[in-house]
Amino acid sequence: MNIIVCIKQVPETTEVRINPETNTLMREGVKSIINPFDMYAIEEAIRLKERFGGKVTVVTMGPPQAESALREAISMGADEGYLVGDRAFAGSDTWATSYTLAGAIKKINQINVANNSLADSGKGHGIDLILCGKQASDGDTAQVGPGISTHLNIPQVTYVKKIEEVKEGMMRLERMLEEGYEIIETSLPALLTVVKEINEPRIPSLKGLMRAKSAKITALTQKELNLDPQQIGLCGSPTQVVKIFTPKPRAGGQILKGEIPDITKQLVDLIKDEVN
Amino acid sequence: MDYLLSDEQKMIKELAHKIAEEKIRPAAAKYDISEEYPWEVLRVMAESDMFGLFIPEEYGGCATSVFNLCLATEEFSRACGGIAVCYAASALGTFPIVLFGNDEQKKKYLPDLAKGKKVAAFAITEPEAGSDASGIKTVAKKEGNHYVLNGLKHFITNGGDAETYVVIAMTDKTKGARGASAFIVEKGTPGFTFGKKEDKFGIRASSTRELVFTDCKIPAENLLAKEGMGFIVTMRTFDMSRPGVAAQALGIAQGALELAVKYVHQRVQFGKAISSFQGIQWMLADMATEVEAARGLVYSTARMVDAGVKDVSKESAMAKMYASDVAMKVTVDALQLFGGYGYMKDYPIEKYVRDAKITQIYEGTNQVQRGIIALKLIKEMAK
Repeated sequence: MNIIVCIKQVPETTEVRINPETNTLMREGVKSIINPFDMYAIEEAIRLKERFGGKVTVVTMGPPQAESALREAISMGADEGYLVGDRAFAGSDTWATSYTLAGAIKKINQINVANNSLADSGKGHGIDLILCGKQASDGDTAQVGPGISTHLNIPQVTYVKKIEEVKEGMMRLERMLEEGYEIIETSLPALLTVVKEINEPRIPSLKGLMRAKSAKITALTQKELNLDPQQIGLCGSPTQVVKIFTPKPRAGGQILKGEIPDITKQLVDLIKDEVN
Repeated sequence: MDYLLSDEQKMIKELAHKIAEEKIRPAAAKYDISEEYPWEVLRVMAESDMFGLFIPEEYGGCATSVFNLCLATEEFSRACGGIAVCYAASALGTFPIVLFGNDEQKKKYLPDLAKGKKVAAFAITEPEAGSDASGIKTVAKKEGNHYVLNGLKHFITNGGDAETYVVIAMTDKTKGARGASAFIVEKGTPGFTFGKKEDKFGIRASSTRELVFTDCKIPAENLLAKEGMGFIVTMRTFDMSRPGVAAQALGIAQGALELAVKYVHQRVQFGKAISSFQGIQWMLADMATEVEAARGLVYSTARMVDAGVKDVSKESAMAKMYASDVAMKVTVDALQLFGGYGYMKDYPIEKYVRDAKITQIYEGTNQVQRGIIALKLIKEMAK
């Protein structure tokens, strides 16, 4: 199986603080880690590779320091890494990010076909599966995964908690709902976002760490990707973060007492007053 | 202190630290109480290639060196001395094969030990032969293509859970110290059974058992090196493993120190954190300096062993003796800093005291170590 895992490097969440003056995250001295949900995606990809053979490619869009996240994924067992980065991509919101990553994935697909590197995967040269974590711990939108699948025009299944069956060109999955789960069958290629219930990420091996240290990370810039300038970076971002703030704690609510018909009347009156 | 570790050494230390914090520390109390063998934790160590640190690359090892073994053992011991000793004792049982095994023996036993699929144990101690190892009574009689073992070993770490045992037995009583030989004995060999499992004060996650040999027939190919080399195999093995024991003690001391420093910051009495009182500060300063001094001895000795320095017996005795004495002192002081809470099993510190004690005793009591150091000094002066 030819699997791509999209990961993001984020500040270690327990340490992050917000600068009250500028309303931005104070990142100095804060350790960078792989987004926790992405760890589950990486682990699942490696497990699929161990079962079915093939290759796991990790991709990240970020500044040069994000390379260490790719190397960490390689130390766990991923085969190669791509760093998608360019000044032109700066300021991207989730729309521009998913557009850019989709472009990168198309490019990686091209490279794989050119290299004929999957002759033994038995599934042709293309990418079979894209795995993402459910959401990033800094942005928390959970939009990029679904955005990528939309740009690539492939099916998406979010909140996957178990891969039940894998057959030629098809997968059956357990998708987590708030109360319960549903079973979904999808054709491949597809994009999945995974939840932490799916597995327990492994600790890297020493040999993996050594391999990761010397692994080749391929850079993908605007030059290689040749994306539409109107859809990347700040230019291509329909949304803009105006303000990040800690919400004020809510004052306690009001408790209404009495029989149900009375309470209902009180509630209706209160709502009427609020509206007016 | 910055020991100017190489990139590879830093990698090993960080990886061992990660395993210690994520897998060992959360399980330490559970195994201390249940005394079950910590296979689950050892499996994680194995999958991270930690068992490969003491086995040459051609047999499945990686980054092989005594220094790296010490780095890993120290980090594991910071989190739990008992679980760490299961790992370190497997190294002890593996060294004789690494140092003296022929190619067939290495090919047969080392790959599984490198993968952590099996663990090893070293067996010399007997009820009547502790510090006086030459007093062993277990015999190995050559009969055709076999040796027949009869005797009893006790206090064997990993006994019962290990698959691969290196056993020291007398092949010729008339030759005294040159009459012992080393054998590889596999668990399940007819005539090889286990006696009781000891109920220990500390390092309770590790298993300590008697080995009973009753007309136990092993193939002649299981002899390590040559007949008569038994004590040489033992001495050379201990030269390699002694820094590891010192590293274990060092890790226990470091772990206790860290817990104590953290606690005194949190504990408030007389309106302040007790860390602001000079008496407490002076205790911490002494503890930290002693741990660092022990570390210096352990790391220097390990480096010498790896560099092939010919005679390290004095230095490795110093490292083992000092690190274990420091571990005992620092863990007891750490418990004192916890005050009444330190005495309660709900808090992790009392376990460190219990785990530290054995490091002053096994692999050569600290009294024997002092004897070695003194004799060496005198010998050097007499030149």
